[in-house]
This record gives sequence, structure tokens and C-alpha cells, in this order.
Amino acid sequence: MINIELGHYLALGGVIFLIGIAGIFLNRKNVIIILMSIELILLAVNINLVAFSIYSNDIVGQVFTFFILTVAAAETAIGLAIIVSYYRSKGSIFVEEINELKG
Amino acid sequence: MIYLLVFFPLLGSILGYLVKPLGDRYSEIITTAFVILSAIFSGVIFYNGVTQDVYGNYKILEWISSGNFQVNWSINIDPLSSIMLVVVTFVSSLVHVYSIGYMVHDPNRPRFMSYLSLFTFSMLMLVVSDNFLQLFFGWEGVGLCSYLLIGFWYKKNSANNAAIKAFLVNRVGDFGFAIGIFLIFYYFGTVNYSEVFIKAAESADKEINFLGFNLNLITLICLTLFLGAMGKSAQFLFHTWLPDAMEGPTPVSALIHAATMVTAGVFLVVRCSPLFEYSQVALNFVAITGMITAVFAASVALVQNDIKKIIAYSTCSQLGYMFFAAGVGAYHVAIFHLFTHAFFKALLFLGSGSVIHAFKDEQDIRLMGGVWKKLPFTWFLMLIGTLALTGFPFLSGFYSKDAIIEFAFFKNSSIGYYAMSVGIFTAFLTAIYSWRLFFKTFHGNYNNKSLPIEKTQESSLVMLLPLILLSLGAVFSGYLFKEMLIGHHYIEFWKNSIFFLEEIEHLHLPLWLMLTTPVLVILAIPLSYYLYIKNTQILDGIKKSNEPLYNFLLNKWYFDELYDFLLVKPFKLIGFTLWKKGDQNIIDRYGPDGFSKVINFFSNKAVKFQSGFIYDYAFVMLLGLSFLLTYLIIN
Repeated sequence: MINIELGHYLALGGVIFLIGIAGIFLNRKNVIIILMSIELILLAVNINLVAFSIYSNDIVGQVFTFFILTVAAAETAIGLAIIVSYYRSKGSIFVEEINELKG
Repeated sequence: MIYLLVFFPLLGSILGYLVKPLGDRYSEIITTAFVILSAIFSGVIFYNGVTQDVYGNYKILEWISSGNFQVNWSINIDPLSSIMLVVVTFVSSLVHVYSIGYMVHDPNRPRFMSYLSLFTFSMLMLVVSDNFLQLFFGWEGVGLCSYLLIGFWYKKNSANNAAIKAFLVNRVGDFGFAIGIFLIFYYFGTVNYSEVFIKAAESADKEINFLGFNLNLITLICLTLFLGAMGKSAQFLFHTWLPDAMEGPTPVSALIHAATMVTAGVFLVVRCSPLFEYSQVALNFVAITGMITAVFAASVALVQNDIKKIIAYSTCSQLGYMFFAAGVGAYHVAIFHLFTHAFFKALLFLGSGSVIHAFKDEQDIRLMGGVWKKLPFTWFLMLIGTLALTGFPFLSGFYSKDAIIEFAFFKNSSIGYYAMSVGIFTAFLTAIYSWRLFFKTFHGNYNNKSLPIEKTQESSLVMLLPLILLSLGAVFSGYLFKEMLIGHHYIEFWKNSIFFLEEIEHLHLPLWLMLTTPVLVILAIPLSYYLYIKNTQILDGIKKSNEPLYNFLLNKWYFDELYDFLLVKPFKLIGFTLWKKGDQNIIDRYGPDGFSKVINFFSNKAVKFQSGFIYDYAFVMLLGLSFLLTYLIIN
């Protein structure tokens, strides 16, 4: 039986974080997937916080996680709202076509 | 009052333009009122000068004070400048009034009136200056206003070209003028008239080395100054701009190109009489130039068909008269002719403007004729102007022109006799072309097919009133001022504003000379009536048999073509080559254009980074963050 320790939690957080990053970069299709990836990154941070909170026996880290979850929910709501209004004006949320920042 | 006299036109010019939003009428009233006030003041000053000797030098302010170089803005009132003041302000105010009528359909009247007033101011500065520098200021000021007014209808290409031509030809003369002033300052250390004239008398025989030649200093100065005068007064070789300047509105031609600005050259020569008197060479040069111009311009005027160009060449020819009068040492007669000429030539120009107005902007005299009953006032006023110009007995031109011929005779030298015969010959030519103009315009058959004769109409009162006043001047100015300006006691009037090394003796005039000119002039009237109205076949015959001569005259001795070939084309070529090869290919290519190309190249590369895709930006951010973290961790 493997004893699950801090290092494993951190590794899990790191992996999820990298998946989130990769999701942002490799995704060429839908903006919603970018939103989901950002969500993943935030979750990775949460895992880190919880892990360190247990490790150092400090409840503040877990309290902070709730705050982050709340903010993340709010942020997702705003992100989705932006995507909806963007879709209304442009008729597409295809990532390859969103390049108005091009110089 | 003296300050107001000079600065009223400037004030009028500025205010006249500023009140534009209130309406054109206001700016007309303001500019005209100020100039008329100026004219009244100058009349008073002239009267005070004559009756009570109120002359003097009034300083406005110091202009340049550098070491021993002192120049002031000042108003110098002496007999010469006071008579010029009267001429300038009087003609100018009449032209202002006339313009109200003449320019009535023009949308840019405030600008026009403002320019006219500005011109008047510059001209006043020119005549009242007490030093060469302020003279030069006025000289350039009138040149500028002339440019602006010739090119007033700037949408017309020909007007723009004429304006540029006038400006450029004058530059050549002004270059000489500037060198003259430099020489004066270099050798005399001052540019104030009074000091220069004293020093000139002391160094009358001084020789200097100029470009490797040993020349008499005074002669050199006089010749360079005269170069400026030739440019401004459109003398032979520099005359080409004056006929073209007729592109401007007619009031401008009357004010600038007949009565005032073009006579500035004569004024300069007379003003510098203390210099010219010490140089017989320069005086002879002035006289010869004047003679050539007088005959040349009169011969060209014989065959021209544009009503204004004929009068322009006539002006040129009369300026020639003034110059050879000055050249034979009769400066006061030159000014007297300037004085009378201002009246009758302005009258002729404004009259021709009235004719042009009546014909709805037609200027070709071949398309006129037979309208003297339709335009009785214009006809009568033009008749007076023509009589005065040709020197019909007892009108103003008679006194001044005959005086020039007489004084040339009194000079009692070979050049004087030449001048006399040229004067008589030119007077005859003048009579012929003036009557040709008159008869072709008003008599004979009506020749204009595009405009029915019923449509021609007499000008309004506001245009005729100045003409009437000018015609009074054209009739009486000779008779009234003759005794004062050129009579036996002329020194009493001129005092020391004109310098005579030795007085010209006023001998008894032989009867034959006294009668020659008037008789010729009077004979010219029936002659030209016969030739131009009664029996035009004779003239056609002469025209046919002398085709080359006729074309030679019609093309103004081919001067424009000659200049075009000699000067304009080569300079254009040089300019074009420098522009294309020098500027564009070398300076621009390796200078500004090169830099901007390099920058453009690199920024085009840099722009590629801005793909517009969010994930690219996020990737760059991540890269940066990783680099930063790596750096911090390693440290």
C-alpha cells in the first residue's frame, strides 16, 4: 500500500494545471473549452491549497479554497455571458476566427 | 496726423478683413473710409508744405541699432514725398470706391479690399522712408501685394502664372537693388538718405574693384539701384511681367500697374538724384533704357488686341518717358509726368474696366465698337483720358510730355537730342495706338456676335464717380501744377529734395519744337480715324505686305519666347534634374525615405507576432513567466 503524501497531491495539482494550460494552447475550436481549461487551472490551485492546508495543519487554506470556488463560479458566469453576446454579434465562437487583435 | 496718414490704410486692411463675418459691405466701407481719410490728410500735408513749409522727419520707432548701423522706421515729409503721398492716396481711394462697383459680383470682396489697403500702406511706407532699408521694405511690400492681387482670381491658371512671373522678374531687379544697398552700406557705413548723400558728394571720384573691374563707386551703386527700378517699373528687358499682370482685376491694374507701384522705380531714381548726378554714365544708361522702352512699348501697343494690354504697354512706354526725363537730369519733370500720368492712366484703366464691365468681361477690342451712344459717360471719360494721354493741347499730358521733350532739348547734348526725337516719335505712336483703341472700342460697327448690343449697359454711379474725379485730374492737373512743379521757380517748391549738380537752363524754346508735338498729335486723330474706321483696307494691305514685321510686333518682339528659351527652359531643366536626380534619388533615397523604409521593414516583421489568437498571447505570457521563474530559481 502506497502512503499518499504531500508530493502526490502536488503532482496531481501540477498535472491538472498542465492539462489546463495544454487545453488553452492546443484547443483550436471552441471558446468554451478555453473557459473550461481556465477552470481546471483554478482547480489545480485549489488542490495545492488544500494539500498544503492539511500538511501544515492550517484551516485558512481550505477556507481560501471556498473563496476561490465562488469567484471561479462568478467568473465562469461572466465568461459565458461574454461568449453569448459575442456569438450574437459575430455569429461564431470558433477560436480560429477570433483574431481581431491582429496587428 | 502724419502717423495716422500712414497707418490708416494698414488699420483699414486689418479691420476690413476682420469684419468679414459681418458682411462684405462693412469691409468695403471700412477700407474705403480709412483710405479716403488718408487722402484728405495727405492733401492737407501737401497744402501745408506748399504754403507754410511744414516739412520734417518724424520718427516712428527704432528698427535696427547694431554698432554704428542705425535704422529707424520714420516718416520723412519733404516736397517729393508729399506729392507722392497725394498721388498714391488720392488714386488709391478712388480705386477703392470704384472697386465697390466693379467687384460687385465677386465672392471674395473683403480679401480684395484688404489687399488694396495693404498695398496702399506699403506704398506709403515706400515713399515716406528716410533710409534705403525702409524703402526696400515698402518696395517688397508693394511687390507682395502686387503678387497677391494679380493672382487674386487664383482659380485661373493664367492669373497664377502671371503673378509668379511678376514676382520672379521683380526678384531679378530686386537682387540688383539689394546689392546697391549693400554697396552703400559697405562704403558709406549708413543707409540713411541724408548721410549717404553727403558722403556720396565726397567720394564722387572713388574707384573700387568689383568682380575684377575697376569701376567708379557711384556709377556702380547707381546702376545696381537702377536695376531694381527697371524691374519694378517694367523697363526694357524687365517689361515682360507688366502686360501679363493684366490678369488681375482692373482696379488693380489701375492702382498698381499704372498709377503707383510701377512708378516706384522713377521715384527711386529721383530720390537718389544726389547719387545719379555724380555719375554721367548711370544717367546716360537711365536715359537710353527709358528711350528704348518708350519706343519699344509704343510699337508693341500699336498691334495688340486686348484693351488692357494696350494700356499696359502704354504705361510701359510712359514710364520710359519718365526715365529718360530723369536721365537727362530733369527729375522734377519726371515726377511731374508721374503725377499727371497717374491721373489719366488710372482714368484710362478704370474706364476700360467700365467698358469690360459693359461688355460682360470681354477684353478684345476687335469684338467691340459702335457703342458710344450706349455708354455715353464711359465714352466721354475715355475720350478725356485718351486726349490727356496723347498730349492734346492744354490737357495734363500735354504739359508734362512736352516738358520732357523740351528739357531733353535744353540738355544740349547728343543724348538730349536723341531723347527729344525719341520723345516726339513716341508721342506720335502713342497718339496712333490710343486713338486706335478708342475708335475700335466705341466707334465703327458693333462686332460682338455673342452679346447683343442691347445687353451692353452703362456702369453704375459708384464706378463713374471716381472716373469723373480722375478726369478732372486728367484735365486740370497739368495746367494747375505746371508752374509750381516745373516752372521757372521750381526750386522754391522742390527745395533740396531733388538735387541738381548744375541747373538746367531754361532757354527760350524754338517755335518749331513747341509746335511739332501738338501738331503731330492732333494730326494723328483724323489719321487713325481714317485708318481704323473709314478705310480699313489700307491697313490690311500694310499688314499683308509686312507680315513678318506685324507678327514681330504682335508677339511683343518675341521677348517671351526668347526668355522662355534662354532662361525659363534651362532653369526648368536644371531644377527638374536636381529634383529628380539630386533630391529624389540621393537625398530622399538615403535620407528620410531610407530610414522610413528600414523601419517599415522591421515593423512589418514585428507585426507578425500579433496573430490575434488568444492562445498565442497566452503562450508568450507563459514562456515569459517560465523564463522569469527559471531565472529567479537559479539565482
